[in-house]
Amino acid sequence: MPLAETPMQRERAETIFEKSKPGRRAAVLPDAGVPEPPLSELIPARLLRDEPPRLPEVAEPEIVRHYNRLSRRNFDLDTGFYPLGSCTMKHNPRLNERVAALPGHARLHPAQDPKRAQGALELMWLLQESLAEICGLPHVSLQPSAGSHGELAGLLLTRAFHADRGEARAKVLAPDTSHGTNPASVTMAGYEIVKVATDERGGVEMDDLRAKVDDQVACLMLTNPNTLGLFDENIAEIAALIHETGGTLYYDGANLNAVMGHSRPGDMGFDIVHVNLHKSFSQPHGGGGPGAGPIAVSERIEPFLPRPQVVRREGGDGSGPSFELDPERPRSIGRLRGFQGNFGVFVRSYAYILSLGADGLAEASETAVLNANYLMARLAQGRAGKHLPVAFDRHCMHEFVLSGKPMKRELGVATLDLAKRLLDFGFHPPTVYFPLLVEEALMVEPTETETKESLDAFAAAIEQILAEAEDNPSLAKQAPYTTPVRRLDEVKATRHPVVRQPL
Amino acid sequence: MSRYTSATPADRVEMLAAIGAGSAAELFEQIPEPLRLNRPLALPAGMSEAEVFERLAALAARNADAEQQVCFLGAGMYDHYVPAIVDAIVERSEFLTPYTPYQPEISQGGLQAMFEFQTAISELTALPVSTAGLYEGPSSVASAGYLAIGATGGRRRFVVSRGVHPHSRETLATYSTGFGAEIAEVGLTDGVTDGAALAGAVDGETAAVFLQSPNFLGAIEDVEALGAEAKRHGALLVVAVDPMTLGVLRPPGECGADVALGEGQPLGNRLDFGGPSFGFFCGSEALIRKLPGRIAGETDDVDGRRGFVLALQTREQHIRREKATHNICTAQALNALAATIHLSWLGREGFRELGELLVRRTAYARERLEAVDGVELLHRAPVAREFALRLDAPVGAVLERCAEHGIAAGYPLGRDYPEHEDGLLVALTERRSREQIDALAGALGAAIEAELGELVPDMGSNSPGKVA
Repeated sequence: MPLAETPMQRERAETIFEKSKPGRRAAVLPDAGVPEPPLSELIPARLLRDEPPRLPEVAEPEIVRHYNRLSRRNFDLDTGFYPLGSCTMKHNPRLNERVAALPGHARLHPAQDPKRAQGALELMWLLQESLAEICGLPHVSLQPSAGSHGELAGLLLTRAFHADRGEARAKVLAPDTSHGTNPASVTMAGYEIVKVATDERGGVEMDDLRAKVDDQVACLMLTNPNTLGLFDENIAEIAALIHETGGTLYYDGANLNAVMGHSRPGDMGFDIVHVNLHKSFSQPHGGGGPGAGPIAVSERIEPFLPRPQVVRREGGDGSGPSFELDPERPRSIGRLRGFQGNFGVFVRSYAYILSLGADGLAEASETAVLNANYLMARLAQGRAGKHLPVAFDRHCMHEFVLSGKPMKRELGVATLDLAKRLLDFGFHPPTVYFPLLVEEALMVEPTETETKESLDAFAAAIEQILAEAEDNPSLAKQAPYTTPVRRLDEVKATRHPVVRQPL
Repeated sequence: MSRYTSATPADRVEMLAAIGAGSAAELFEQIPEPLRLNRPLALPAGMSEAEVFERLAALAARNADAEQQVCFLGAGMYDHYVPAIVDAIVERSEFLTPYTPYQPEISQGGLQAMFEFQTAISELTALPVSTAGLYEGPSSVASAGYLAIGATGGRRRFVVSRGVHPHSRETLATYSTGFGAEIAEVGLTDGVTDGAALAGAVDGETAAVFLQSPNFLGAIEDVEALGAEAKRHGALLVVAVDPMTLGVLRPPGECGADVALGEGQPLGNRLDFGGPSFGFFCGSEALIRKLPGRIAGETDDVDGRRGFVLALQTREQHIRREKATHNICTAQALNALAATIHLSWLGREGFRELGELLVRRTAYARERLEAVDGVELLHRAPVAREFALRLDAPVGAVLERCAEHGIAAGYPLGRDYPEHEDGLLVALTERRSREQIDALAGALGAAIEAELGELVPDMGSNSPGKVA
């Protein structure tokens, strides 16, 4: 592509360590104000460090410039459309940042006496109650730090549930379309994963499931709508099948954004649900966290919930209720992390739930589904319809999956090439090569916070890229051209890993 | 209407026409009728931004935060000063709102920040490989257990010092029911891990030995001496550290640690009632392909430009699924960025000076508080930024009296150590001035005196406590 190097491309990436110069500094610390003996008089010399770590020596203006310039080498949701499937890249309300930063939240020590943290504990309790209602399950633990952590919690709860009944089961089932975290969590929890096939409508293949369900199955993990963006219509029958043989049913809540206020995992028969607060409940994704993965559970799982649990005690003598951390849970699986969980995330998510309310949450899901179906319809037309057919041709929920197989066969352009070319058009590409069952997959999740205009612009960009590719496929195959760096050698980074700045 | 959506009635008509559906409700018909909610959620109606702010501010006002109280609480999270540039940078949309850098060409900012984070943490711990971070401290300890099983060919026994944070020990125990691992705990003597007991506990089936330094009681452990036993039996030596002490304390990588990890909150992250923060996790070169979570690596683009990508992804769940080294996906990238900025701001000299400041203020505070009537040291082992006391009066009641004077005097050890029901853990940061330390000494003395006066009325003739 005959494009001149952009200014950002001309600039060699330099780390903050390479900008260091002895004698420069930013921090000025308070005076000790106490006697200052040599450290070796306070701590034996063999326990002391000879040389301080070689942190960069830079003044504050250079630090600010360095990270501001770095930030411009990122694409972000506030700047453009980010239809990354399964990740629910919806708008992050700034109100939530403001309330999370209030000193009463941000500077509250986690070991504060619960009597002096009543506002925080009440907020956690209110969020628990809200998530319980949204999930249709009576009990919630906010402790898990992310979806994957919630999955591990769910599997350890399953283990405790069976152990309590004197059973040790060995297997956990999950569809072949499941998120990679599902099988990884299964192994960490000491179970063996067994894959269940997908039928021609994109749901669980019932015959395969029936063949694999037995009294050695501890749990079935499902995402519903699944990673194809399709609601599994057989869910009631699936739940009955698992429950008949005594297993638990686990709901991967990554796709909860499709059904808030419309359908509830608890009503579908699930025992354990994790909720990704950084997906459906608008916690900013932060470049890969922080998130939080609270779990909602049925009555029979409740005794095993992690410690500590926030509980509400009714006040006597006309005083109001109080909130406590209840550590006495004799059948609990125990802690999953330190202190009470990612409280700052809870504040943001609770603010989001208050802002939207019952009707707003339902409308958010409805619009997410409308946007996804509209974009899917737009992409069924023109060149996209020809080169990028939808994997399962039916109404989708909040996301849908296209297959780049014809595009690759007919134009020699792979899904990866299309994704890279989209970068030049100012779009974040969809999730690619997932789910594994769809060849050359593109998983598109527009979310409810995008305008019709941005969906149209995305569809137009795909059309234009495919038109170009019909003429000159190498254009896509060598893309991107305009990004701060062009295609990167990922194999080299793995074969010969350089994972820190040499000093 | 939800204020964060923008589909107008006219948009909806057009969009439904394009879809070929009569209504949005029709799109939900794939959900079998009995499973549709068909009623509004039992939640309040949506509120205006101003109302939500007031509601949340009212809840926040019911918490005694470190602006209202002088905070000597620690136990793993500390009230450090977070420089203003940390907030200014992490609030930028470009860092706040993207996700995991799956498309490296448009994620160089985040990937380079991870690379810089890894470099800084590797410098702190003196181990060659740092990951981009895990959820937080205690679950990182548990994750080291999973790593150790894999790295020792399936050994399933952990030896853990009682000086390791109680939340870490409990989290490791929780995870271990899944790993099928057993845990042997080694007690403390004079505040530090009992070396003879440790030597007796480690054997050829031990996958890892877990130490923490400074330990939960604030004592600096002789990691090298204790760790020798792990080496002798081919077990991994896993050391949890407080990152803020590593400007002055000998780093775990120089003491034989195979894995160094810890709670990252003291680095650039606010208290947030316990999270979000991050866990750091470093390993020896030999463990590079077994480590959990994201790792950024350096590479070149097609034109030879330097760039950064997620390296060694074949360890991770999205590629390896059930064979992954860990299940972690979303971690704590923004919190790790905050740490990187904070460490750059402190710099080589500032980081060492901060460590020295903590040690000296802590030494002063320890001496000052030991001189208070009714207070003695729980142990005399060297400390860096936190130390344990024994009180002659009930700890809970003393803390309550101090709180009434606006001081959060410390962490009651009895919560986690029944053998130290009379124990109090006091933590220092650069924000705790000499005057505040002196005020703590005064408040603690008065509180103990008052409590003793209540307990033994005969002895408390000039005590202000009420006499039964």
